Amino acid sequence: MSIKKELLLLSRDIGGIVILFVMPMMLLIAVTMVQSGSFDSLLGTRMQVLLVDHDQDSISWRIRQSFANDGALELIDQLGGKPILESEAKGLVHQGDYQLAIVLPKDLSKDLQVHVKQNVSKILAEFDFSADTIRATGGHPVAAKEIKLYFDPATQAAFKTAVRMSIDKLVSNIETEAIYSTFQSELGEPGDSSFTEQQFISFKEMDDSANGRSVIPNAAQHNVPAWALFAIFFIVVPLSINIVKEKSQGTMVRISTSPTSYGTFLMGKTAGYLLVSLIQFYLMLLVGVYIFPYLGLQHFQVKGYFLLLSLIAFFSGLAAIGLGMLIGTIASTQEQSAPFGATLTVVLAAFGGVWVPVFLMPNIMQKLSVLSPMNWGLNAFYDVLLRNGGFKAILPAIILLFLFFILTLSIAIIYDKKKKTV
Amino acid sequence: MSKIVIHIDSLSKKYRGSQEFAVENLSLTIVQGEIFGLLGPNGAGKTTLISMLCGLITPSEGTFTIHDFSYHESPKQLKASIGVVPQDFALYPSLTAKENLCYFGSMYGLKGKMLGDKADAALASLGLAGYKDKQVGTFSGGMKRRINLLAAVLHEPAVLFLDEPTVGVDVHSKKAIMGYLLELNAQGTTIVYTSHHLQEAQEFCTRVGIIESGKLWRIGSPEALIASIPQANNLEDVFIDLTGRGFRDG
Ligand SMILES: Nc1ncnc2c1ncn2[C@@H]1O[C@H](COP(=O)(O)OP(=O)(O)OP(=O)(O)O)[C@@H](O)[C@H]1O
Ligand SMILES: [Mg+2]
Repeated sequence: MSIKKELLLLSRDIGGIVILFVMPMMLLIAVTMVQSGSFDSLLGTRMQVLLVDHDQDSISWRIRQSFANDGALELIDQLGGKPILESEAKGLVHQGDYQLAIVLPKDLSKDLQVHVKQNVSKILAEFDFSADTIRATGGHPVAAKEIKLYFDPATQAAFKTAVRMSIDKLVSNIETEAIYSTFQSELGEPGDSSFTEQQFISFKEMDDSANGRSVIPNAAQHNVPAWALFAIFFIVVPLSINIVKEKSQGTMVRISTSPTSYGTFLMGKTAGYLLVSLIQFYLMLLVGVYIFPYLGLQHFQVKGYFLLLSLIAFFSGLAAIGLGMLIGTIASTQEQSAPFGATLTVVLAAFGGVWVPVFLMPNIMQKLSVLSPMNWGLNAFYDVLLRNGGFKAILPAIILLFLFFILTLSIAIIYDKKKKTV
Repeated sequence: MSKIVIHIDSLSKKYRGSQEFAVENLSLTIVQGEIFGLLGPNGAGKTTLISMLCGLITPSEGTFTIHDFSYHESPKQLKASIGVVPQDFALYPSLTAKENLCYFGSMYGLKGKMLGDKADAALASLGLAGYKDKQVGTFSGGMKRRINLLAAVLHEPAVLFLDEPTVGVDVHSKKAIMGYLLELNAQGTTIVYTSHHLQEAQEFCTRVGIIESGKLWRIGSPEALIASIPQANNLEDVFIDLTGRGFRDG
């Protein structure tokens, strides 16, 4: 009966229904579309870099080579079928069309060779292995060369540093090789067979998708559960308003004077709003599965996870309802409960990693994020979606969410009892 | 001697942060079948007293029992035996008349067809049968007053508390409401009610108590109270006389 009443009340409030069901879906679509660009650059699609190549020799070849091996960057050296001019590249980057342009000066490879050769010969001459080499290669010292980098003014400093360092490393590798091979040829060694191009020290990134906590979701895998959680928790607002209304319209007096306890009364609300939060969740899933691909976004994979995802949504809903009932019980006016509930939800969402995924947060915030029940839910969703976790994996989160519900509900009931001693 | 239904013993209430007692050292006994009227000016303590009896607020001092039940020992039984009609409308405006009654009835454990039938019968008895499927928010003040009353009686309480049940209604609604209450009383319901309408109380009550500053100054049948003051012809005269003397004893 009380469930029926809650659902009747909800169904007679069309504006409320729209806010509850449609707004979160719109939010999800909007945010995913806005974020998908930045998420993808962060998570794997390639960033385009302009190359103005006046060198056309071994160094430019090596740079192209290393860019081809790099998954994150894509080199573009032609626009409209023509080689890019420096002025053109500068303009495009300045406008923000591209984040980076690399300009290789003319004769870069050749002059590096000459420069290395001169130096090697000079050293060899000092050891006096064969005095005539100096004369042979002598001549004018070569002017220092510079590789120009144009960055989009909005580029992050960290990215600039990373690019500068990797190009620097590339050039010094080439320089080292040139020095080696010049020594070899000057000393008359048999040539390339003894020289290993292989780097002595290299790095290998370990993939720990099996058990680690550092798995990175794509935009859909993050946004669907994150915003579904946000929507679920946003029922704090209508629910707390609903309870405040019971007080302001006097119906709470009837409930308090009836043999039905406040706890039982709240359980009726819990059941009604739990249904609402599950519907919300499934609507969000539908958006992820059917509307995302339609909008050119990555589609959200539900297959095989449906039951676990529903379970997480169920307990997240309970936690949200507990919070809403507590706020509704303590607040005495809608003017208190609505802004407070909305702000608290947004803050918990921010802390919990809904807006910005936790792995992108500063260190301190990452530590604080565990305080938000939305973070427990989100992590459980990640466990299922990215780490292939089963029921066991999400059990701690579910227990935590349930305890949160019990705690908030108990405080609400105790507070209600206390209120009678005005 | 009739059965004692409400027994109040030295009951006091001082709201937190307040200097004065809203109800002070009040003792009163009400027996089965009475229609007891609590009369007094604004702020006298009528609502406070009723709120304590209904379990909405806890007394600062003193005790009371209703049907020998107390809120400490058997709150559920106590609550099941009383009905409460609040001073302000206490209804869901977006629910229909019947939905409101059924919901509140269900709080007392009523359910199913029995509940629906009771709601229909109650609505019919106060001339609202044609409005049972209309949302209460669209009702006139008089209609809301009637629903407000019906929502408290579906479970057939032995004691009915009413806080100004006829405030702001026209003569017809008032007549309908008072007639309905007399009917309930005839079936054995004890009624405790507050009012500012002294004429109404005089006609309606078997006994009245005049309260001011949280104290009961006079108690007795309307006839006895009128007789106790030489020039008084009705309760209003009694009231004015008491007010004129600043509620001093005498
Ligand atoms: N919640 C409260 N907190 C503090 N003081 C209160 C509270 N409720 C009532 N009072 C005070 O207690 C006293 C009695 O109030 P009460 O509402 O019982 O009067 P009443 O007889 O019902 O008046 P009315 O005829 O206007 O309804 C008043 O002085 C009032 O200001
Ligand atoms: Mg009052």
